[in-house]
Amino acid sequence: MKNWLILVAGTAVLALLPLSGDNYLLRLATIAAMYVVLAQSWNFIGGLAGYPSFATAGFFGLGAYTSAILMSMGVPLLISWAAAGLSAVLLSAFIGGAILHLRGHYFAIASLVTVEVLREVVNTTPDLTGGGMGLNLPIMRMSVAEHAMFFYYSMLALACACMACAIVVHKSKLGFGLRCIQQNEDAANILGINTYFYKTAGFAFSAVFAGIAGAIYASWVHYIEPPDVFDILLSVKPLVMVLLGGLGTIFGPVIGAFMLLALEEVVWRNFLTLHAAALGVVIVALVLFMPNGLLSVTREKFGFRAKKGSPEVKP
Amino acid sequence: MSALLSIDNVTRAFGGLRAVDGASFDVAPGEVLGLIGPNGAGKTTLINVITGVHPATSGKVVFDGRDITRMKSHQIAKMGLSRTFQIVQPFPKMTVLENVAAGALFGGQAANIADASAAAMEQLRFTGLAQVAHNPALSLTLAQRKRLEFAKGLAMKPRILMLDEVNAGLNSTEVEEALTMIRKVAESGVSIILIEHLLKVVLSVSNRIVVLHHGKLIAEGAPQAVLRDPAVVEAYLGAKYAARYGGVA
Repeated sequence: MKNWLILVAGTAVLALLPLSGDNYLLRLATIAAMYVVLAQSWNFIGGLAGYPSFATAGFFGLGAYTSAILMSMGVPLLISWAAAGLSAVLLSAFIGGAILHLRGHYFAIASLVTVEVLREVVNTTPDLTGGGMGLNLPIMRMSVAEHAMFFYYSMLALACACMACAIVVHKSKLGFGLRCIQQNEDAANILGINTYFYKTAGFAFSAVFAGIAGAIYASWVHYIEPPDVFDILLSVKPLVMVLLGGLGTIFGPVIGAFMLLALEEVVWRNFLTLHAAALGVVIVALVLFMPNGLLSVTREKFGFRAKKGSPEVKP
Repeated sequence: MSALLSIDNVTRAFGGLRAVDGASFDVAPGEVLGLIGPNGAGKTTLINVITGVHPATSGKVVFDGRDITRMKSHQIAKMGLSRTFQIVQPFPKMTVLENVAAGALFGGQAANIADASAAAMEQLRFTGLAQVAHNPALSLTLAQRKRLEFAKGLAMKPRILMLDEVNAGLNSTEVEEALTMIRKVAESGVSIILIEHLLKVVLSVSNRIVVLHHGKLIAEGAPQAVLRDPAVVEAYLGAKYAARYGGVA
């Protein structure tokens, strides 16, 4: 209940942002919403199930290309976005079946390869995808301000849907099962958890929102190319955000997304030539000193713990 | 046939090593079956074969009339075969209650998380862990962890419970408490397969004993009779004897 209140209140506040009339802020907020989606998506498989996936960029890029191709064929916007989500889910089920029996580093590498393979597929099919030349999307007939607002609200709505889904999953049998798998997969299996099914479901949740985010992004920027939407940073950043905010928590990914975005902006502005290195140092420091994320630090400090004596399980 | 579980000529090979080699025996409903044998005899492997962790290389495992030899672990667990691990396998960062609730939810009949928590609390009271229900599992002592395994297994509402050395590493008071629990569970009609090194424990609770040695079944029968079997003395106690006195001479 508390989680829903935070979500509704947070969304209400963010929905008022366009009133400021600042387009830079709006653009930044759209990116923030996209980061929240990507971080929360990763949290399903990486945080809950403990499977360090680097496939996020693959889902994102596949979603971007699916919607771009459909829209260039004249399919309406919303249908092409939904199709992007669906294609990402299908991909996750397909590759999940092949690589989710791998554990730890092996899974990480296999999921990383997925992105590279997809990028190469796009590069070598110029007739359909434009290959290395990239792909232009139809320009939308609306003013610059309307355009910015439309995509801000679209991304915000997606972030909300993703958060709502996370709240439901965390409290559900699926979330409980995934946490068991994360803690001890062999024991989970012996306990009667169909680990293969649970992991694939977690992977599908991590795919669907990333795929739609890719689709919205593609419509937003009007032009996509393989190095842009299959960028490995799109796989790495969600992981960093979740680590920053709090692994396996509901609001950790949100906090992490905002923190990383703020860091990126600040570092980018002040260390133009060294920004990548500076950001790397900051991330290493944060991970070293707050291995369980910011939420765990506040928890230890302020004693937010599961209530003692209550018989229900806190998922 | 009235057997609840029947192991029929089961072999499990790891490369050239036959960890279980043509073993056959039955488990009757409500029976406490002691499974003993020297270290490396294949006892745990046999449990792994039954629970589908390492499916049999050849032979058949039949539970309640259904061939479960090639079934997946989670399917077997749902049918009512639960086990504890010799090396305890808790979900370390979850609370004790959550650990047991997981058993009730995924392996047992609990419909939702709330039901599972209630069922879990019941098992925690039975195993004497209610006091630590909200502590993380990793904070427990070894004796408590063993009981946690036991509670997890029970929460799955099993028809057969396989206890893999639940008494190893416990002191005599703790062993007594564990025995009382095992007896109570057996009285409730659950069959138990008890792997145990402490012969006193096996003798005091088992209805019947089977002995494994190098993966082969070398004796089967009433506890006292089995222990007097020359093959058992040779293989089981004889090996220990030789290890103890052979080195000195």
